[in-house]
Amino acid sequence: MADISKSGPLAWIGQALLYGLFALLIGVFSSWPPYRHLPPDQALIKLSFSHQGKPVSDCRNATPEELAKLPPNMRAPRVCPRERSPIAVEFDLDGIAALRHVAMPSGLSRDGASTLYHRMQVAAGTHRLVVRLKDDVRSSGFDFVREATVTLKPAQILVIDFDPGKGGITLQ
Amino acid sequence: MHPLRAIRLQALAGFRRLERVFDFAFGSGQNPLRHLGALGFMLLWLLALSGIYLYVVLDTSAAGAYRSIDQLSHEPWRLGGMLRSLHRYAADGFIVVTLAHLLREGLYGRYSGFRRFSWLTGIPLLLMAYANAVGGFWLNWDQLGQFSAVATAEWLDWLPLFGSPLTRNFLGVDTVSDRLFSLFVFVHIGVPLLLVFGLWFHIQRVARATVFPPRRLAIGTAATLLVLALAAPVASQAPANLSVAPTEFAYDWLLLFVHPLTDSTSPAFVWFALAGALLALFALPFLPQPAPAPVAVVDADNCNGCRRCFDDCPYAAVTMVPHPTRGVRQLAQVDADLCASCGICVGACPSSSPFRSGAELVTGIDMPSAPIGMLRRKLVSGMVSLGNQPNKIAVFGCDHGADVRQLAGPDVAVFSLMCTAQLPPSFVEYALRDGAAGVLVSACAEGSCEYRLGQRWTAERLLGTREPRLRASVPSERLALAWAGAGDEAAVRRTLQSLRQRLNAAAAPTSAKPTPAHG
Repeated sequence: MADISKSGPLAWIGQALLYGLFALLIGVFSSWPPYRHLPPDQALIKLSFSHQGKPVSDCRNATPEELAKLPPNMRAPRVCPRERSPIAVEFDLDGIAALRHVAMPSGLSRDGASTLYHRMQVAAGTHRLVVRLKDDVRSSGFDFVREATVTLKPAQILVIDFDPGKGGITLQ
Repeated sequence: MHPLRAIRLQALAGFRRLERVFDFAFGSGQNPLRHLGALGFMLLWLLALSGIYLYVVLDTSAAGAYRSIDQLSHEPWRLGGMLRSLHRYAADGFIVVTLAHLLREGLYGRYSGFRRFSWLTGIPLLLMAYANAVGGFWLNWDQLGQFSAVATAEWLDWLPLFGSPLTRNFLGVDTVSDRLFSLFVFVHIGVPLLLVFGLWFHIQRVARATVFPPRRLAIGTAATLLVLALAAPVASQAPANLSVAPTEFAYDWLLLFVHPLTDSTSPAFVWFALAGALLALFALPFLPQPAPAPVAVVDADNCNGCRRCFDDCPYAAVTMVPHPTRGVRQLAQVDADLCASCGICVGACPSSSPFRSGAELVTGIDMPSAPIGMLRRKLVSGMVSLGNQPNKIAVFGCDHGADVRQLAGPDVAVFSLMCTAQLPPSFVEYALRDGAAGVLVSACAEGSCEYRLGQRWTAERLLGTREPRLRASVPSERLALAWAGAGDEAAVRRTLQSLRQRLNAAAAPTSAKPTPAHG
């Protein structure tokens, strides 16, 4: 009695139309139009690392005065800094500087890993890469350098990472 | 008027026109636009049921997930593929109805006062729904899942929250471990559980919350999704391969629009846009609003503890406490934060009967801005003001429904209430005894009551199926009911004209004197 109900054929047609519109809205926009994320002649280079730099200074012997201030059970003769070196990275693509970045160590005491993730879209084909990485402020110049010529297929992803266990800068 | 309010009201007028189109096809009681929240609940159950099946067959390893889901599409009778498609389409439907629900409640201005709690607890649910929908694509480890996982990780990495970029989890084939995949599954099950918990909060202050749509609408919606699942089954794309970037692929824009938006702008833009949208939604209830009407007030001397107001309050604002002076009896107590000032409790109170003696009618629970005693005085003076008209008609209507004030005339006295359910049924009988030949009660159409239950309680009380009932001795031919929302004044006018003709026809052969409602 309270419903403004319609039960004629027009109402049934209206219901069918509105249910159809609902299905159309969902059916169409759940798969169409297709999304093009990457042009067909392009490839991706991902430069990323998560690496702990070297300590910012060498360990040294504690002075007698320093040791005297400490409780007996904490009197370690050697003092080593917690802070780690920031990591500087340079990436040249076909002789052109593509990235210059210094990744600071994480953590309140700057004793954590430095991290980087950088994605670049490049044309498929052959490229000359030079990657330089410095992880020790006490050294001069770059501690790791990797030069390579790579041929990238369309849509290929080249990952440039850093793994000291595998000799430093890796390409995969 | 504030410009934002003017824009909202203009948009609301357009939305109401759309609702009337749906009313025409479905009827107001089955109108999906009036059951968006309940439809959302139903789609969530559909997602849960189809999701349980998918979880049973899913190989929760990085290497096996794609194969296990893809196999569903090749099963005999394609039952698994249909359930998979139903799962996806129910997710799309859930987002569509949830966004429409948000839009509708916003346009109706239902975000402040006693509704603030429901509004504020509803916003995070939208985020959870999207988070879960996006994560669901990763479980089917195809190119779309790969793209979405990497894009989400890149987006999240913009925030300085993670010690190591999340994106490093997707650098190579070896990095996506079974353990990481188990985490995906855990998130896709855990977030919906949180969503259900959040929904419980969302409807906590709503009495008799509708968590399932009317049966015909539920069947129609489920059947629509089933037909869609059979007609356009969801298929996997090529398996994920982290050494190859997905280039072009079929895309779910309803659930994954955030990734192309990030691609075409920047992660920072999307984060700021999201934060801005959330801030605006959260701020809405705190913007200056028109002063709310005073809340219901209980009169301990006239409250007999019958609990009818407690039963009928649509927002659980009434609780029963021990009566301070009447021993074992109870007393209604109103929580001002929850009270909608609708007056439905007044219509439920047996002490609201206008037949009570006493110069001033004082009831057990009343609205300070429109006390029931004032309605009785207005009714008496309204009947007097119609003079010697042969067939006087008293019209009771709702401030939020069709505007009955337009019906006032030489033979019609009009009384617009906060909600038609504020009207105790005994007022109908009182009006007939006081000189009215007929009474027209106009309430909102089913499903469109501003206070949710006012129309239902009005109908049940006047039809004698709910206390307080209209006495059966009241001649039914002298009572007319109209169910019409705002803007549907023509329907009330038609009902009034029909009642007038009926009264004239009844009066013509005998006399103009109305028959008493009862002896």
